[in-house]
Amino acid sequence: MEQMGLTTGRNKSKSTVERIMNIIFLICGLAAVICVICMTVYMIISGWPAIQKIGVFEFLFGQVWDPENSEFGIAPMILSSIIATFSAILVALPLGILVAVFLSKLIPGRLSSILRTLIDLLAGIPSVVYGLLGAILIVPLIFELQTSLGLPTSGCLLSAIIILIIMILPTIISVSETAIRAVPQQYEDASLALGSTKLQSIFRATVPAAKSGIVAGMVLGVGRAIGEAMAVIMVAGNAAIMPEFLKPARLLTASIPIEWAYSSGLHREALYGIGLVLFIFIMVINIVLNMVLKKAVN
Amino acid sequence: MNEVETQNKVKIHTKNLDLFYGDVHALKDVNLDIQSHNVTALIGPSGCGKSTYLKTLNRMNDTIDGVKITGDVFLDNENVYGKGVDVTILRKKVGMVFQSPNPFPMSIYDNITYGPRMHGVKKRIELDEIVEKSLKGAAIWDEVKDRMKKSALSLSGGQQQRLCIARALATQPDVLLMDEPTSALDPISTTKIEELIAELKKNYSIVIVTHNMQQAARISDDTAFFLLGELIENHKTETIFSSPQDKRTEDYITGRFG
Amino acid sequence: MSDKLSNDVAITDRKKRPFEKLFYSVIYLLSGCVLALVIYFIAIILIRGLPALSLSFLTSAPNPIQQTIGIFPSIVNTLYIIFFTLLCCIPIGVGGAIYLNEYAKNKRLVSAIEFATETLSGVPSILYGVFGYVVFCLLFGFKVSLIAGILTLTIMVLPIMIRTTQEALKSVPVSYREGALGMGATKWYMVRTILLPSSLKGILTGIILSIGRMVSESAALLLTAGGSAMYMPKGSLWDQLSSSGSTLSVELYRYAYSRGDNETAFGIAAVLILIVILLNLLTRFIAGRLNTQ
Repeated sequence: MEQMGLTTGRNKSKSTVERIMNIIFLICGLAAVICVICMTVYMIISGWPAIQKIGVFEFLFGQVWDPENSEFGIAPMILSSIIATFSAILVALPLGILVAVFLSKLIPGRLSSILRTLIDLLAGIPSVVYGLLGAILIVPLIFELQTSLGLPTSGCLLSAIIILIIMILPTIISVSETAIRAVPQQYEDASLALGSTKLQSIFRATVPAAKSGIVAGMVLGVGRAIGEAMAVIMVAGNAAIMPEFLKPARLLTASIPIEWAYSSGLHREALYGIGLVLFIFIMVINIVLNMVLKKAVN
Repeated sequence: MNEVETQNKVKIHTKNLDLFYGDVHALKDVNLDIQSHNVTALIGPSGCGKSTYLKTLNRMNDTIDGVKITGDVFLDNENVYGKGVDVTILRKKVGMVFQSPNPFPMSIYDNITYGPRMHGVKKRIELDEIVEKSLKGAAIWDEVKDRMKKSALSLSGGQQQRLCIARALATQPDVLLMDEPTSALDPISTTKIEELIAELKKNYSIVIVTHNMQQAARISDDTAFFLLGELIENHKTETIFSSPQDKRTEDYITGRFG
Repeated sequence: MSDKLSNDVAITDRKKRPFEKLFYSVIYLLSGCVLALVIYFIAIILIRGLPALSLSFLTSAPNPIQQTIGIFPSIVNTLYIIFFTLLCCIPIGVGGAIYLNEYAKNKRLVSAIEFATETLSGVPSILYGVFGYVVFCLLFGFKVSLIAGILTLTIMVLPIMIRTTQEALKSVPVSYREGALGMGATKWYMVRTILLPSSLKGILTGIILSIGRMVSESAALLLTAGGSAMYMPKGSLWDQLSSSGSTLSVELYRYAYSRGDNETAFGIAAVLILIVILLNLLTRFIAGRLNTQ
């Protein structure tokens, strides 16, 4: 074989390829960072002018959204979004944990793996399908409730909350179940050996040990609930008024797709403004939830 | 209490005990008496049934699917496998320490109070008292008294195991079952635990599973040798190690198999 | 000390636990309800949706004169979006993951990239819609078109690709890498011949998850790729991609919400469910293959 020095031509061409690949991979890696920066910049560029023209205070705290008369207050939407997300999590989290315990601890493995398949299936269903189901199955029930209370029938905040609960439940169940299953059996055994019942062992030893996973599921759930647009639009009635459970409500996400097609000028800009508010909301929630909850878990 | 009296009292009486895991006959007609305030060592090669036997004493085998048990285990003349037994009361009386340290992922204080709280102790003063007494009993009080609120997982392996012993003591059991409690520990921690066991037998009846024959010889009063699910022989520890009666025991002790 | 811990109690002296019994019933009841609901939902979509499916429903465009409805155009749009989005995001996602796992030395940069991917995966799809519209439709001048939708979705599924690939790379034993590098292979050679083949299954799982996300997507596509799926596809590929068109999910929204045609909406929902089932089976199949090897 030909003698080769460590710096012969072949190695040089090799190291050129190496360098090029390094740069290509670096660019790929940076793509996500660039996207986030671009997104932040463009959300601000497109959203800020409207907020400036309308006035930060009037925009955020104004109670009337009436584009035709140039009234752009989004307080009702912000409140509706907060209430809807909060209520949905309040119901879905405990319910999800109970079902996760049921699936992982209380029924035979065979049955639970079949049920888990169904839950995973539901977690992957498009949100518009949930909207459709809500419109067909839940809204009529709410109509009856509204009629019996003497209220006008319409899509309402309660329907939106129910749809959000149903939407985030599979995610929370699935993530919590995986977390509970990952807890070593030894915690439960130790608890049983101290004279606890099975149920006490599950809820005082196993579930607390799974809390970081459950928290991750909750963060996912909150994100999905606050960001959901289409399913909610299909059941909520979409009137931008202050939130009441049995009255029509419009969430922060809803105005954009609803009014997108026919908006122009300041109206369109105000929609961008809503986008910016939502973006800030999401960023703050993600960062705060991740930091606070991760800290609480450790 | 008088030394002779305590030596002669039978704490646990096992009669014709058989255990099946599905089709596997894991314990075959075991008859064994465990003396009060003694250390009884269960020895034998892996898979001989010594751990399985240990777990029949506090019914921890109940949690495994497909286990069938016949025969009787008497704890102070009460049949552990009798009708209407509340296993939570049984396990309160018969504490257990596992092979690898398994403290809960919570604070040291919460680990110790876990059992007492479960049995209805709620008053802070009582709990504090139990914590101190249990930790002192497990010879770990001095090491952790200033960091009760710290996570139990921050302790070293040996400390974790002593914490687990303290946790078992906190429910104030009569009997303490130990399933190879030092097999996951370093020699120094092992010595500490062995010293602790010698101390604990004053107040508790101890049954310990070990695969380490030197350990059995060092710490136990009685020794029972298991092989393939059978109890081959049980005697005073000196007797077993100096003049075993069964050829198989001798083979095992002299290291010819196992 | 507390007499609650006294041993002067027979082991047959059963404790009464009314709360425990109640709690058991609550768990069984609630879980039963939730699971019944799950089954009911899947069943009702299939029961109401499957009858609407027919060959002409799947293979034709809507015909207002004959008053027939077909979803072929939106099926084609969905396939275009899936194919071209994958074409864009697989190289970037896999490359990004390789950079993070194999090349990156700067810890700050790594955590910046990881923060960015986490952020991207938390952004709701409606905001991807707004961003995609502003950047791809207006700034880049693609107007509302499949291309704008494809580029938007590329960013959206990028975190999924990066994360699954990264997990797959992490599961490749260090000894493989050392073995290859120790024999004098360059890093790129090692990545190409050792890492990529052994993490192929993880990457495939990521691809399937990404397809699932694209099929489900409606809000972002409504804004960027838009509108209608009224006509059979015609013209060159470029013509088709640079015109607007809706995917199945967007079409479902339009039928159900804008036109109140629930029958068609359920038909589309059934198609979507079948796709989701297929994707789930595929991931299981791949995971199964992974275990047997």
